Amino acid sequence: MPDGAAPVLDVRGLKTVFRTRGGEIHAVNSVSFHLKRGEVLGVVGESGSGKSVTMMSLIGLLPSPPAEIRGGEVMLGDRDLLKIDAEELRQVRGAKVGFVFQDPMTSLNPVFTVGMQIMEPLREHMGLDKQQAEARAVELLQLVGIPDAAKRLKSYPHQFSGGMRQRVMIAIALACNPDVLIADEPTTALDVTIQAQILELVKELRQKLGMAIIWITHDLGVIATVADRVMVMYGGQVVEHGPVKELFAFPRHPYTRALLKTIPSITGHREARLQVIEGQPPILNATPTACPFRARCPHAMEICSRENPARRAVDAAPLGHGHDVACHWSPPALHEAAHA
Amino acid sequence: MLTYTLRRLLLAIPTLLLISLVIFLLVDLAPGSPASEIPLTVPPEVREKILEALGVNEPLHVRYLLWLKQFFWIEPLNGIDALFGTGFAEGMQRIISYQTRSPVFPLIAERLPQTLTVIGTAYLVGVMIALPIGIYSAYRQYSLFDQFGTMFAMIGFSVPTFFTGTVFIIVFGVWLGWFPTKYDTTLEVTDWASFLRQLRQMAMPVMVLGLANAAAISRYMRSSMLENMKQDYVRTARAKGMSERTVVLKHVLRNSLIPVVTIIALGIPSIFGGAIITENLFGVNGIGAALIGAIRGNDLPMVQTLAFIFAILIVSFNLIADVLYGLLDPRIRYD
Repeated sequence: MPDGAAPVLDVRGLKTVFRTRGGEIHAVNSVSFHLKRGEVLGVVGESGSGKSVTMMSLIGLLPSPPAEIRGGEVMLGDRDLLKIDAEELRQVRGAKVGFVFQDPMTSLNPVFTVGMQIMEPLREHMGLDKQQAEARAVELLQLVGIPDAAKRLKSYPHQFSGGMRQRVMIAIALACNPDVLIADEPTTALDVTIQAQILELVKELRQKLGMAIIWITHDLGVIATVADRVMVMYGGQVVEHGPVKELFAFPRHPYTRALLKTIPSITGHREARLQVIEGQPPILNATPTACPFRARCPHAMEICSRENPARRAVDAAPLGHGHDVACHWSPPALHEAAHA
Repeated sequence: MLTYTLRRLLLAIPTLLLISLVIFLLVDLAPGSPASEIPLTVPPEVREKILEALGVNEPLHVRYLLWLKQFFWIEPLNGIDALFGTGFAEGMQRIISYQTRSPVFPLIAERLPQTLTVIGTAYLVGVMIALPIGIYSAYRQYSLFDQFGTMFAMIGFSVPTFFTGTVFIIVFGVWLGWFPTKYDTTLEVTDWASFLRQLRQMAMPVMVLGLANAAAISRYMRSSMLENMKQDYVRTARAKGMSERTVVLKHVLRNSLIPVVTIIALGIPSIFGGAIITENLFGVNGIGAALIGAIRGNDLPMVQTLAFIFAILIVSFNLIADVLYGLLDPRIRYD
């Protein structure tokens, strides 16, 4: 990717808190990342690591209350999405930022035709009239590979299969040519062959349309196929970030390393048990003052319970542009290997 | 859809026949007979004659079949005669009320407009109050408005209409004197002044029944909205950048209305049957009052006919509710 170009999306120090009866839950803690045009950023982490909440915070999709965004800035172009009012933010959603959700079976409204659901944002944001919107909807359905598009506009969601519905969801998200497409585990609810089709489709669309994509998943295999850069999240913060090849080859953070070990191998001992990361991800009821991973970390040191490690660059690139990690521990052997 | 509707219509015939038999037997087996209405001063042989003339001495199955024939054949023919001035039903025996010795159907036709104006309006008012309350309560769940809505529904649910009706009469009719305490059936709307008087006398029964209806429907509406508000497609609609208004009043409402509309349709027969107490309380001379009067007077043909008409209404509105369900929800296709 061209370095130095202004990012489409630049998130700095995002903090999201849920206020519940049992106290506050700090779901997102000072998350920073940026996204360039045409780039795919993979976001990985187990359930509850704050991946989805981070992305929904960006465009005000979290119900408030209980969610509350405590700080940071989300620059989309030259606008800070956290500073604009609700009405302006609504104009951004669907127009500048498209969102694809996990479960295509429930994400479409069952009582409206697919065509109507695709045309809705077109008419709202682009001011198209009915004919124009319909023509564009047919175009979009063809773009996402739905055959017989003009006829399918009048179908209801239940008349589509899961994979086809996810294609429709993608068509809706792309309707207004967004700068950023956020895909929140879009292939998790689909079976493997359909998953592969959707992955191919997204890669192809990114080539064609050139928007930036944030791809949330807990499937490392998927990340390896689609992403340019990877951001590993744990306990509501970014623990490691870097170009996909670099990160997979030389994982720095013990959590990333453990995650990579959990991928079952098709070679080697069949009898070997599947690798797991022992323990549970933490529920944070305050801004963490210690490393959130220390309880499950094989390399935990004394400093880990005193100080929450900040992200530090591990290569020559400035922080956030190359490989960086938030950990006190450095793998000694790897350190040399990475710089050899 | 059409074949489904036709099939359901055909199925309704045996259902209704069975219901008619049950109604006929129940009414017939109930204690009391037309004989008890004849004064004791009437000599026994005259009493015998009267009973014979009424056809009461015939065996049960003969009376049932005769009644069926009258209901399904003679009365419709009479209806056609009345409409077009023909003479199909000439000389045929109609269903005769024991009390008035006149045909039952014209009596019912006389009562029906009162019921429809008062009770029908009450139902309509109830629905129109209930839907916005339900929608807004759900949208602002646990807000002050929602709390009041819940309290209002609780009261409407748990306090019977004969109590609220009496309270209304005392407060608004007697103490404040805003509305007349009795409904004047003879009032004819001819000009503005009489229209206002009609409105004033309708106000109390409509409010009492409307509140009772609104209580239940607003609860259904609220819970249906709440259930749908949590759905993923709502998040999708927000992610598309739809306005709150579109999200709630289009995406959520359309889904939430599906069960509520069927509940409203199923409740319509109660306009005729369930309002008996209110009609009696306010002196609305409607069909409910007619039924009460007929029961008191051992007027078996009248009771049987009215009960059976209610049964027909319930069966047909069941069917209408099912068809509406299919029309509103594209996932449901009966064929």
